[in-house]
Formats: sequence, C-alpha cells, structure tokens
Amino acid sequence: MSFLLVVLIGVLFAAGTYLLLQRSLTQIVLGIGVLANGVNMLILATSARQGTPPIVEGNEPPFTDPVPQALVLTAIVIGFALTAFLTALAWRLWTIEGHDLVEDDIEDRMVARRLISDHHRDVRDREDVDIDSSEDGSPA
Amino acid sequence: MNAVLALPIIAPLVGAALTIMFRHSILQRIISFTALSISLISAIIITVDVSRDTDIAVSRLGGWPANIAITLVADRLAAMLLLISVSLLVIVLCFAIGQGARDEHSPIYHPVYLVLAAGISQAFLAGDLFNLFVAFELMLMASYVLLTLDGTDKQIKSGVTYVVLNVLKSLLLLTAVGLIFAATGTVSMSELPELLAALPVGVRTGLNLLLLVAFGIKAAVFPLYFWLPDSYPSAPSSVTAVFAGLLTKVGVYGIIRTETLLFPGNQANLLLWVAAFTMVVGVIGALAQSQMKRILSFHIISQIGYIVMGVALGTKAALAATVFYLMHHIPVKASLFLVEGIVERETGETEFDKVGGLARRSGFFALLFMIPALSLAGIPPFSGFLAKYSLLRAGFDGDQWLIIGIAIAVSLLTLISMTKIWIGLFWGEIMPPVPAERVGILRHHQLMTLSSAVLIAGTLGVAFMANPLYEFCVGAAEQLINPMMYVKAVRGS
Repeated sequence: MSFLLVVLIGVLFAAGTYLLLQRSLTQIVLGIGVLANGVNMLILATSARQGTPPIVEGNEPPFTDPVPQALVLTAIVIGFALTAFLTALAWRLWTIEGHDLVEDDIEDRMVARRLISDHHRDVRDREDVDIDSSEDGSPA
Repeated sequence: MNAVLALPIIAPLVGAALTIMFRHSILQRIISFTALSISLISAIIITVDVSRDTDIAVSRLGGWPANIAITLVADRLAAMLLLISVSLLVIVLCFAIGQGARDEHSPIYHPVYLVLAAGISQAFLAGDLFNLFVAFELMLMASYVLLTLDGTDKQIKSGVTYVVLNVLKSLLLLTAVGLIFAATGTVSMSELPELLAALPVGVRTGLNLLLLVAFGIKAAVFPLYFWLPDSYPSAPSSVTAVFAGLLTKVGVYGIIRTETLLFPGNQANLLLWVAAFTMVVGVIGALAQSQMKRILSFHIISQIGYIVMGVALGTKAALAATVFYLMHHIPVKASLFLVEGIVERETGETEFDKVGGLARRSGFFALLFMIPALSLAGIPPFSGFLAKYSLLRAGFDGDQWLIIGIAIAVSLLTLISMTKIWIGLFWGEIMPPVPAERVGILRHHQLMTLSSAVLIAGTLGVAFMANPLYEFCVGAAEQLINPMMYVKAVRGS
C-alpha cells in the first residue's frame, strides 16, 4: 500500500466529514459520496493481496484476491442507490420549502421557544417591578 | 434444511418483484400474504428444528465450500427472532390493510414492505459480516421509502435526519467490515472468533468499538439515540410499529453478536454505563412529552437500555434474560403502536389536550392499551414482569447494585408515563365529541382491532408459557456464551 493512497483516504474521509456537517442537503449528499469513496478506497488499499489477475489464461498463482473487489463492487452499487434516493429527497424538500436546508426537530424548537418566551416574560416582569420601584429616582 | 433456511429471504423478494409487476391492490395483498406465509412456515420449521436439540442450522447456498459460499446460520437466538419478526410482519400487514390509509393503497407499499421483510430475515440469518451489512442496507433502503411514502412536508423533514444518520451508520459499518477483513482476511463469523482473538489488543479494541458504534446508532443507544424520536413519530402507525418492534432490534442483534461471538466480554463495563444512560435518558425524554406517539418512541430507547444491560452483564443467566426480554419486548412495543394507530385513525389526534374519554367509549379498547402498557412497565402477571425479574436476578448474581437500582427506578418512571397516557387519552370527558351512534370504537375498526388483539394475545402467551419459553432462552444463552458451538456447527456442516 503506497503512502499516497493513505493520504488520499485520509483526505476523502476528512472532506466527507466536513461536508456532512453542513446544513444544505446537497452538500450532505456530496459528503456521503466522498465518504463512501473513501471507505471503498480503504477496503481496496488495505485488504488486497497482490498478485497476477485471476481467470486470465496463462497467469500463474498467486492471484490477486478478488474478494475485496467483490465487496467494493457491492458497496458502490448500494452507495449509488442511496445517493439517488437522497438526491430525490433533496429535490422534494426544495420543491416544498424552496431551499434544501436541514432543519432542527420541530417539536424541540417549540419547546425551546416556549422556554425562551417564558424567560423573557419573567425578565420583563422583573424589570417592570424595578421600574415601578425606581420611578422618582434615576433611570432603571 | 438447506432450502428452508433461504426461504424467509427468497420468498419476500420474489413477492416484491411480483407486486411491482401487478399493481392491482387485491392481487398485491394476496401476493404479500402468500410470500409472508411461506416465510412464516419456514421460520416455524427452523425454530422447531433448532429447539428440538441444541443443533444450529447451517445452509451453504449453492453447495460451495464453507469459506467461499454465502452461509446462512440459524442458532436459537436467530431462529427465535426470525419467527417473532415474521409473525409481527404478517399481523402488521393485516393492520395496515384494515387501517385503509392512503399509504397501503400506494402501489409501492407492498413491494417495499416485502423487501423490508427480506432484509430483516437476512440480517438474522447472515453467517458473515458482509452479508449482514448487505441485509442492513436492504432493510434500511426499504425503511427510507416507507418513512417518506406520503412525501409530506413533515415526513420529508424527519426523513432527511433518519436517512442521513443511517447512511453514516452504514458507512461506519462498511469501514468496520473492511478493516476486519484487512486484519484477518475473512468476514465469515465462524472463522473470525479465533482470528480476532489472535490480534494485538489495540487493534481488537478499535475494531470492536467501530462495530459497536455502527450497531449502536441503529439500536439507538445513548449517546447515539437522538435521531429516533425525531423520525419515528412522523411515519404512519403501522410502519412505526414495525420500525419500533424490529428495526432497532436488528441493531441490538448486531450488538449481541459482536459482544458474544466476535469479541466476547471485551467492552462489558462500557456497555453497562451505556445501558444505564440509555434507560434513564429514554424514560426522562418520555416524561417530558405530551403526545402518545412521541412518548412511545422515547420508550423504545429506554427499553433498549434493559436489553443492552443483559448483554453487558454477560453471564449465562443474563443472556437468557436478554433473549427473553427481546421475546417479550418486540410484540409489546409493536402492539402499543398499533393501539396508538387506532386512536389516531378514530380521532385524528393523539395530543393529550385534544383527545379524551376513550375508556368511556369502549372498555375493551381500553383493555387493549392497558395490557401492553402494564407489561412494558413490568407489572406482575404480564410478560414484562418476568423479563425484568430474570434480568434483575442476573444482576443480583453479578452484584451490580447500581444498575439494578437504576433499572427499578426506570421501570417506575415507565409506569408513570404510561399512566400519563391513560389519564390523557382514556379518562375524562369524551373528546373530540362524537355522535351517539359512533361511540363504540371496535365496530368501526374491526380488522385493526382484531390484529392488535392477536398480537396482545401473543404477549399474554409469552407470560403464560414463560417456563418452556425461558428454557428455550437458556438454551439460546448457552449457544451465545460458547462461541465454539457456533464455529463448530458451521465448519462441521
């Protein structure tokens, strides 16, 4: 395994992770694609037993281990289907919302907003009391 | 035996292909039922075969040698989970048809449902890690479609969280499988135990943790649970029932396999803490909610904590209790979601301040909620009590007082939040108001009620037949605690 491949895998993982952390679904889809390629490279680079190509006539063993390639081929197909589905989701979100930003949980937002408004009301009430008590004095 | 082991995977897949070709709704239902019935019959045959003697059923597809062929393995745990899952899938399909909701009429509902069934079956039967990964993908792909079937605003928004998180999980699982292959040169679960044991301890721990994180996201354990309460409540109830009953349990199944077969007892302490936090966080989250579906979704998390606790304790008694807990938990949890589905269908709401007085409208319907609710909390005559009792007794044997205390406190809190649902929905004035001739609930939803009642009768069956079932679980635990039994069975076949 060459050093260059290791660096490439690292870069793919890092870029994929960075893109996954974005708010826009399109960027997330791209991130998943990059990350999936990183994983595929990882499998190919770490687990391939080097040798001559199998099946081809006249080649002598040791053959290259075909199993990692079979694994990666399956993984690529699955990754392709997932990317297609996610792109469809992003499109649907865009037609409904006009943007493709991933939102927080709606229920959580409502709870948070309720808490904030309660807090504001408390603060306002307290300030009102302060103002009442200091009407003739310096500004509150 | 060979062909029978493959049937629970092949029959639903063939059914899925046929239902895509024939889009007529009656025809689709007939095909779905036929396919799932074939799965069910083969699951029964496998379970009977496995439980007669402590044999482990093995099938190598295509008759290739063990290290080349795709191997299907059914030990007692896998056979039992397979049987329960397929039964649940049949019952929920009846419920979905009775519900008459828009999603069941969608022409892709049946094909996707059958693919989901195939994926779940394959996950339990897979004899190698890569096959397990493919099974997860099959199952998840179907679940993505089911979750966003309506394409509404809310479903798409919560679907995005669910899909992205699960894709991330898949990539982590694939990385783990790839690295295990790189370290040992195989992905077969019958060869891995010895090869993994020979690895340096650092590499072993790293691989173990990577697998645990991947399965942990799917099983929704602390701190990887946050996606679940966001996404499950937005799906139709029949779909949520399957997700709640089965999908998270497939993740748990992965954890059990990792911790008993591949890396026996490696991360017991970590898992014990994870279990404690999962229980507490789930139940506290449930207490804060005021909508039935969200309460139940948080309870999925808290119940997973109990199952992980059994795995963490790791003794034979604890594993037997874990297997029994799974047997009790899957039907109970699913039946609660089915009851919720009837409420939602009848009233259009499950918010506590908009619905009330359901017990006045139908006493029998109230009973349908009460039995699984009390069972979930662990009240004596029901299956939940037996499951929790055996788990706690295993904890006593291991002197794990802290986790026992937490488990008892959490089941008390579970009872409180079940009471909250009871007070909110079943007591009080009848809300929203209904005309006098429509007071009964059961008459209007016969098929839905019937299928829920069958499932609840199943949970009662687990309680009444507890002794023979528990003996079966002890047999399953014996196989789990001796990984060599699994290894020998696969190699010797």
